Order: sequence, then C-alpha cells, then structure tokens
Amino acid sequence: MSVKKFVVGIFTDEQVLFPAVKKVRSAGYKIHDVYTPMPIHGLDDALGLRQTSLHTAGFIYGITGTTTALSGIGWIFNSDWPQNFGGKSHFDLPAWIPITFELTVLFSAVGMVLTFCYLCQIAPFVRKHHFNLRATDDQFTMVIECTEKSNESEISAFLASVGAVGINTQIAETGWWLGRYDSELPPLGQKGLI
Amino acid sequence: MSLYAYESQVRPALTTEEVKDYHQITEDIVRPIEASPSRLWWIGFLVSVACLTLGVVSVYTQVVYGVGQWNLNRTVGWGWDITNFVWWVGIGHAGTLISAILLLFRQGWRTGVNRAAEAMTIFAVMCAGQFPIWHMGRVWMAFFVMPYPNTRGALWPNFNSPLLWDVFAISTYFTVSLLFWYSGLIPDLATVRDRAKLKWRKLMYGVLSFGWSGSTKHWQRHEALSLVLAGLSTPLVLSVHTIVSFDFATSVIPGWHTTIFPPYFVAGAIFSGFAMVQTLLLVTRKVLKLEDYITMEHIEVMNKVIVLTGSIVGVAYLTELFIAWYGQNKFENWAFFQNRANIFSPLGWSYYIMMGCNVLSPQIFWFRKMRRNLTVTFFMSIIVNIGMWFERFVIIVTSIYRDYIPSSWSTYYRPTIWEVGFYIGTFGLFFTCYFLFSKFFPVIAIHEIRHILKKSGEVYKEKMGDAEKESVDEFAHEYAHAH
Repeated sequence: MSVKKFVVGIFTDEQVLFPAVKKVRSAGYKIHDVYTPMPIHGLDDALGLRQTSLHTAGFIYGITGTTTALSGIGWIFNSDWPQNFGGKSHFDLPAWIPITFELTVLFSAVGMVLTFCYLCQIAPFVRKHHFNLRATDDQFTMVIECTEKSNESEISAFLASVGAVGINTQIAETGWWLGRYDSELPPLGQKGLI
Repeated sequence: MSLYAYESQVRPALTTEEVKDYHQITEDIVRPIEASPSRLWWIGFLVSVACLTLGVVSVYTQVVYGVGQWNLNRTVGWGWDITNFVWWVGIGHAGTLISAILLLFRQGWRTGVNRAAEAMTIFAVMCAGQFPIWHMGRVWMAFFVMPYPNTRGALWPNFNSPLLWDVFAISTYFTVSLLFWYSGLIPDLATVRDRAKLKWRKLMYGVLSFGWSGSTKHWQRHEALSLVLAGLSTPLVLSVHTIVSFDFATSVIPGWHTTIFPPYFVAGAIFSGFAMVQTLLLVTRKVLKLEDYITMEHIEVMNKVIVLTGSIVGVAYLTELFIAWYGQNKFENWAFFQNRANIFSPLGWSYYIMMGCNVLSPQIFWFRKMRRNLTVTFFMSIIVNIGMWFERFVIIVTSIYRDYIPSSWSTYYRPTIWEVGFYIGTFGLFFTCYFLFSKFFPVIAIHEIRHILKKSGEVYKEKMGDAEKESVDEFAHEYAHAH
C-alpha cells in the first residue's frame, strides 16, 4: 500500500482498447490495471495475467466437505452413539450420500466465495481509489504507473496516440482502506479508519 | 475462435434494436432504482406487507395454542403445510436452472432474466423453509435438527433419514443460491454506487458493493467463480427436489412409495418455477419498462420450457396410473383409482384440477402465436401454479386421508383459517422481498447484458464487419505470458 503517480487513459470502445494495450505493453510502459464495466474475454491474456487458481481452491474445499461429512457421520454412527435403526448396518454408506453431497457443495461454494473476496480484497466497508467513476458504467480505463524511466507527459502523449479519449494524471493510494463511500477521500498517506 | 466470432444463426438478437450502447443499458436498468417508487409499487408493497402481517398473526396463533390450530388429523399428518413447502421449494428451482444450468449450456438469453429469477429462488426458499420450521410445534427447539455435540448425551440426529437430508439440502441450496446471486450483484451494485448523488445511496451501495473496482484480474476471478458456482448449483438443484421427493418415496405409504418421484418432482419443480418467473417478469418488464431487455423471445423460450416440462410431468402422472394398475397391488390400486382418479371420491376433484392445469392446458403452447401472446402467457402462468399446488396436495393428502383403517376415514381434511393465513403470509413474505428487491437492486444483470450486447445487439451486427478482420485472439495469444 503506497502512494503513486498514475496516468489514466479512458477508452470508449474495446476495439480500440485491445490494440492500445498491445502498443502500450510493446512500448515498455507498466500497466497498473485496466478497469472495465464488464468482463472482457482475452483482456487478461493481453495484459499478461496468469490464469486464476480459484477452481483448484474450490476443488480442495469440496473434498474437505466430503471428508468432513463421511468422517463425521461415520464416527457418530459407529463410535460416538451407535444406534440401531431397524437392524440396519452402522456403516450405511448409500444413506449418507445425500448429506455428503450437500456438504461437498456447501464447503466448496462458501470457501470459493470467501477466497474470491480475499484475493480481490473486497468486503463491506472496504474503500479503494477509483480512477474513473464511469469505469463501472460504459468506459474502459487504462491506468499506467509513472516510474523512474517514464514521465507523465510522455505517457499522456502516447495514450492519446493509441486512441484514448480522455487522459489525466492522478496521485493515488494503490491499496484499500476501511472507509465509506459517502465521505470525502482522506488526504493521501493518511488512510486510517473511516 | 475470434473474440466476437460467436453469433447465433438461428436466434434473433437478445436485446431489441432500441438498445444501442453500454451507457444506455446502465441508464435503463438503474433508472427504477434512482427514481422514486411509483404509486403501483406502493400499492403492491403495502398489500404484500398486509399479507405478511396476516401470516405473522397466523403463525403467532399456532405457536401460542399449538399445532392443533391446524386441521391436521389422525391420518392427514401432513396437509397444507407440507403441500406449501414442496410448492415453494419447487418454484425456486427455475431460478437456479436459468442462472446455473443455462450458463453451462451457454444460453445467452438467460442474461435478461437470471437476476430476477435467482432473487425469486431465494425468496421462494425462504418461504418454503417456514413450513417445516413452524410445523415442528415447539419451534424454539428447531435447532435440535442440527448436528452438534450437545448436552443431551451427545444425541445426534438420524443421518439416514430423508427429513434430515432435507435440512441439509434446503439450507445448502439457500446458502449457495444466495452466494451465487450476490456475487453476480456486486459489480452491478458498484455501478449504482458510482452514479449515486445522494449521501445515503453512496453509503448503502458503497457497503453493498464491497469496494468493487472492475479490475481485469477481478473480472477474471469473477468469471471463474461464476462458472464453478454454476457447476456446483446444477447437481445441487437436481439433488434438492430429489431429496424432497425422498421424503415421500422412501416411505411405505401407497401413492408415495414410487421410484419415479425424483425425476418427476424435478420436472414439476422447473415447470412451476418457470410459470412463476413468467408471472413476475411479465409484470416487472411492464412496470419498469424493460421490454427491450426482457423481450418477446425470452417469453417464448420460457413458454417452450413450460410445455416441455409440463409434458414430462404428464407422462409421469400416466406412468404412475399405469403402474398402479399393472402392479396389481391392491393398496396402490386403491390410492390411485379410488382416492385420486375417482372423481366421485371426496377429494377426487383435486386430481382433475391437477390434470387439467398441468397436463392439458400447457399444450396450448405448441402454437407459436400463443407462446408470444402476453395475456395468454400471464393467464397460463397462474393456471400452472394452481395446478402444481394441487399436484402436491393430491400427492400428500389423497395418499393418506383414507388409509388402511376405514374407521378413520370420516375425518375429511379441510384447512383452518390459520393454515390459509399462513400460506397467504408466505405470499406476503415473497412479494415484500420481491418489491424491495425491484426497488433497490438492479433487476437485470447489467454487466452480463453489456457482455452480450456486441455479440447480439442489432445495431452492432451491422458495424461488425471491419472490426472482426483484426483478430484480437491472435494478439492475445502472442502476448500471453510475455513479460
């Protein structure tokens, strides 16, 4: 979490955005992020992002659920309180399938959603700096970090040449802080509680 | 495959030609949230709250004076309460079918209706859950059904019992549906938050949208999450009504003890759920002026699902009758041919209402003109839900009201005012939730509509020629993982 300087380029068409991403990356600028109002297939590849492992996490949570159900019911019916239901087997696996299945799904779904929120660092009362309020409406927002090698005016000129319709510079906090969206942004570097 | 390569050759556009760009989508869908509620909304909301109040009074009476306030008797141990439970659970199923199964099958048309249908699922399951909970009588001991190390000698519930399977199935179904629905809502709530002018709106939608920014990486994870949740919900939704049907099928009551119950119940659930989706969406699209997004095509497709599932249910009814005759079990035969199919038996009329509403009347949807007629569709959606309520009533009550002991036949089951009040109360709960949802949340998945706009919007189709020449994927492939 640190304060950095960014050049923000706004695009209105993904047909322009894709070649722009290509050119910006070829020119060696560091794209901080691209904010879009909907998922755009292929943009993650174009930005060089690796595939998410969220599926794998979901699988692990799922088998945790399966194991919990089977071992829990098995222990209860065989060791903790072995009851006799009409002379049926204490290890009555077919009758356990419904609950085992439900717990598999439950663990997997809850675990994945929590992991998703953790990875994306999203939660109620979490606030982030939003570079462009229309990034959740109809505009595609490319944010380029100003580094020692690049300067602001150079990046702005480059963004204009690749088709950005609006360009501005913002100094912003990169991480998140606890805050509400109805309050003013606190001064940079002082992002404490609320 | 190029980014925009997919375009259905057989289906018309998913939004009408009136929908031209992303901003317009936002405007159209967020407009009802930002405007003050109409007089119609207030009337509907207050009527719903009144019904809910009646339900609260009915439940209060039942809790204070006991389950004896209901007319359940010696043989009819399950009456309106379990009928209503199964009916509401069934209604929920269409939402999951639309949001999960159709996502896996890549049915683009689901985007117009999935948000409202998923909301319907959640509210319907909330209503369904009321019935078994209050039926317990001593509701303050409801937590006994949950397995946990307790002071009753660590006495556990019976994990081999279908009634406990139901506890797990319904609570898992509710939780997973809620997570699926809400994870889809987060980006749209962020849209509302970023447009908000009023302080309370900024606060409320700021909290609800979890600080969503629309980062590419977040979208990538969001898509992965939606896909896996859809993959989990698909077998889940089938399991839920299967397990509900096990409540009956694993018993030894003639009329319940039937192996075809699981597929038959699932088809019936989807059938009644789609009818409820039609009822809600026909009103929603009209009142909120969303005809460009929930188009005639959507309504027609859903009517096709109704005629298909209605016919599956019809085949199941006839199969049951055939097996009752062919099986030559006299108790089975009695349950089907005396208690049900005999129109002169005390509850025989309910069987014919069921047949008429579920099997015969939906056949009207073989005709395209009827599928695309809003009045017919609305009328049929009500008829189907009446029919499906009677299906559950027939299965539950007619199987048990005249059992092995003729001396207990004299007690003709009819509900008391508190049973009816409770049922009306769940309508109140359902519609109160739905009215609040339609006022405060986007009733259509905004980001999903944006996503399909260029693939299927009429305006964009004309412009696509040049854009498609340059392949985005070639570039993406070339630059993938190049740092």
